[in-house]
Amino acid sequence: MAFEGLADRLQNTFQKIKGKGKVTEADVKEMTREVRLALLEADVNFKVVKDFIKRIKERAVGQEVMQSLTPGQQVIKVVKEELTDLMGGEQSKIAVANRPPTVIMMVGLQGAGKTTTTGKLANHLRKQHNRNPLLVAADVYRPAAINQLETLGKQLDMPVFSKGTEANPVDIANEAIQQAKDNHNDYVIIDTAGRLHVDEHLMDELQQIRQNVQPNETFLVVDAMTGQDAVNVAETFNEQLDVTGVVLTKLDGDTRGGAALSIKAVTDKPIKFAGMGEKLDQLEPFYPDRMAQRILGM
Amino acid sequence: AKYRTVDEEFFEELEEILISADVGVNTVMELIDELKMEVKRQNIKDSSRMKEVISQKLVEIYYGDDEEEIEELQLNEDGLSVILFVGVNGVGKTTTIGKMAQRLKDQGKNVVLAAGDTFRAGAIEQLEIWGQRVNVPVIKHSEGSDPAAVIYDGIQSAKSKGADVLLCDTAGRLQNKVNLMNELSKVKRVIEREIPGAPHESLLVLDATTGQNALSQAKTFSESTNVSGIVLTKLDGTAKGGIVMAIRNELDIPVKYVGLGEKVTDLQAFDAHAFVYGLFADMLEEQEEQSS
Ligand SMILES: Nc1nc2c(ncn2[C@@H]2O[C@H](COP(=O)(O)OP(=O)(O)OP(=O)(O)O)[C@@H](O)[C@H]2O)c(=O)[nH]1
Ligand SMILES: Nc1nc2c(ncn2[C@@H]2O[C@H](COP(=O)(O)OP(=O)(O)OP(=O)(O)O)[C@@H](O)[C@H]2O)c(=O)[nH]1
Ligand SMILES: [K+]
Ligand SMILES: [Mg+2]
Ligand SMILES: [Mg+2]
Repeated sequence: MAFEGLADRLQNTFQKIKGKGKVTEADVKEMTREVRLALLEADVNFKVVKDFIKRIKERAVGQEVMQSLTPGQQVIKVVKEELTDLMGGEQSKIAVANRPPTVIMMVGLQGAGKTTTTGKLANHLRKQHNRNPLLVAADVYRPAAINQLETLGKQLDMPVFSKGTEANPVDIANEAIQQAKDNHNDYVIIDTAGRLHVDEHLMDELQQIRQNVQPNETFLVVDAMTGQDAVNVAETFNEQLDVTGVVLTKLDGDTRGGAALSIKAVTDKPIKFAGMGEKLDQLEPFYPDRMAQRILGM
Repeated sequence: AKYRTVDEEFFEELEEILISADVGVNTVMELIDELKMEVKRQNIKDSSRMKEVISQKLVEIYYGDDEEEIEELQLNEDGLSVILFVGVNGVGKTTTIGKMAQRLKDQGKNVVLAAGDTFRAGAIEQLEIWGQRVNVPVIKHSEGSDPAAVIYDGIQSAKSKGADVLLCDTAGRLQNKVNLMNELSKVKRVIEREIPGAPHESLLVLDATTGQNALSQAKTFSESTNVSGIVLTKLDGTAKGGIVMAIRNELDIPVKYVGLGEKVTDLQAFDAHAFVYGLFADMLEEQEEQSS
């Protein structure tokens, strides 16, 4: 595996510091070096790591630690606290519009898991909240994208709105909302084509859809294996579309998933769901504290 | 132009640039140590020559003890060649097959595609559309059928058509799923059994936005399919794909192609020099602008 020994190393360092009656500057230095490595190897963005280490250092030489009876333990507590804090507190809920339908737009890079998550989310809304969603095939670019969503719709026995690949995604979204109103679908989930955050033309298309349908939620779908670039992607999507939440996919893998931390740090938007497999029932609420531990490999 | 001095701050910035390109912290620290020695040895004072020195070191890391050579596909010159595409979910396997089919056709080869992803919704239709785009036959079974059986049929069909190359698509799978990795080994065994020496290439498709997990992907997929090369996709974004440095260094797997978009023409042969330059170019170009 990629991260052999990481948790052990960190535990070792913590172990050394744990019983100490006095925490020296050298102790703090050694510990922060290990924490830095752990975070970088977990793909947390280097800028985020830098700020994080700075805060830990400040607190580690501060009064709460120095005046504690068990300074070693106190330092470790500081690291875990700060990390959990950074990862975000509680789980958050999915929006409900005052007047139905509630509109959810799925956005993100190519291959992140938008279409699959569209199906999973619809399944979740029906099972957990007794809702009746309409899925919208607004990806007219990727070969067989419509077919993919229609197949998911069939598996779920749920309606899928599509107008083929010649239609304009903005029109597709508009007409879908009208159909949802006519057919009393209380949620509309719009699957959009994957695109690069630097693709101005396609980012503009998303802004137009957004202006037209005024979504209650805009979910940025992010692959948990994403490396350092996650901040660029999340920042740009958030700036241009005012994302309301993040779905982290492919967390059933063995990645540490440090991107989660970076995204939370730069956008301050909650991670709402975790994708835990390819099947339509493999979507889970996101637990920030568990994620924090995973990132450190504990 | 005025150049900045090569001091501790310079190396710190270089370290950050390379880490932000996903090169991986261990490889970066080793590299920085070596560069520091090199700078001392050559008595380099300002950054004017650093571009060259850094490039050279990175290319050295990339090639290791091997000769620098362009890695072409190792195809069977007389008879059918089989290329197996593997990788985690959503990296670009199916799209790369479409692009590669066109590339091989342009070289005068007869190409057949096998729709070995029988699992993901719309996967077969996606490959069929690529087949239509580049005008090559696609061998398929229905959704949910045994992938090894599809590949077997693909081989028989390609043989009977007298085709030159068979490109085999497979479903994306995360490398920690043991049963899915076993399924892939089975596909490989079927290919080996039908044609001695095949698959002629097992290409691991890697998404350039992937971080350190790519190393684990390369290790585990190699165990099940003996990966012979990497296709690094989505390099048209802002991600740099630096993790392939560590993969080459630790596992000795070369990058063969890069994906630069979603169009059929967006596949290029890998150029190590251009690639390593891209890993740190931002930093030095910025400096030149500032100092000129
Ligand atoms: N293991 C695993 N695979 C997932 C998960 N979510 C999605 N996938 C897989 O990831 C791949 C890409 O998923 P898609 O839903 O097609 O991604 P997309 O963002 O719609 O892709 P584009 O439309 O091409 O941009 C597929 O193979 C999915 O089955 C997850 O949580 N776990
Ligand atoms: N920008 C960009 N997008 C790419 C590139 N290669 C593939 N894609 C896109 O990435 C997405 C996923 O590509 P696929 O070819 O379906 O990936 P896959 O590995 O076959 O996915 P699964 O079969 O679901 O595991 C699609 O939207 C492709 O158009 C590339 O080089 N650049
Ligand atoms: K991806
Ligand atoms: Mg999609
Ligand atoms: Mg595929």
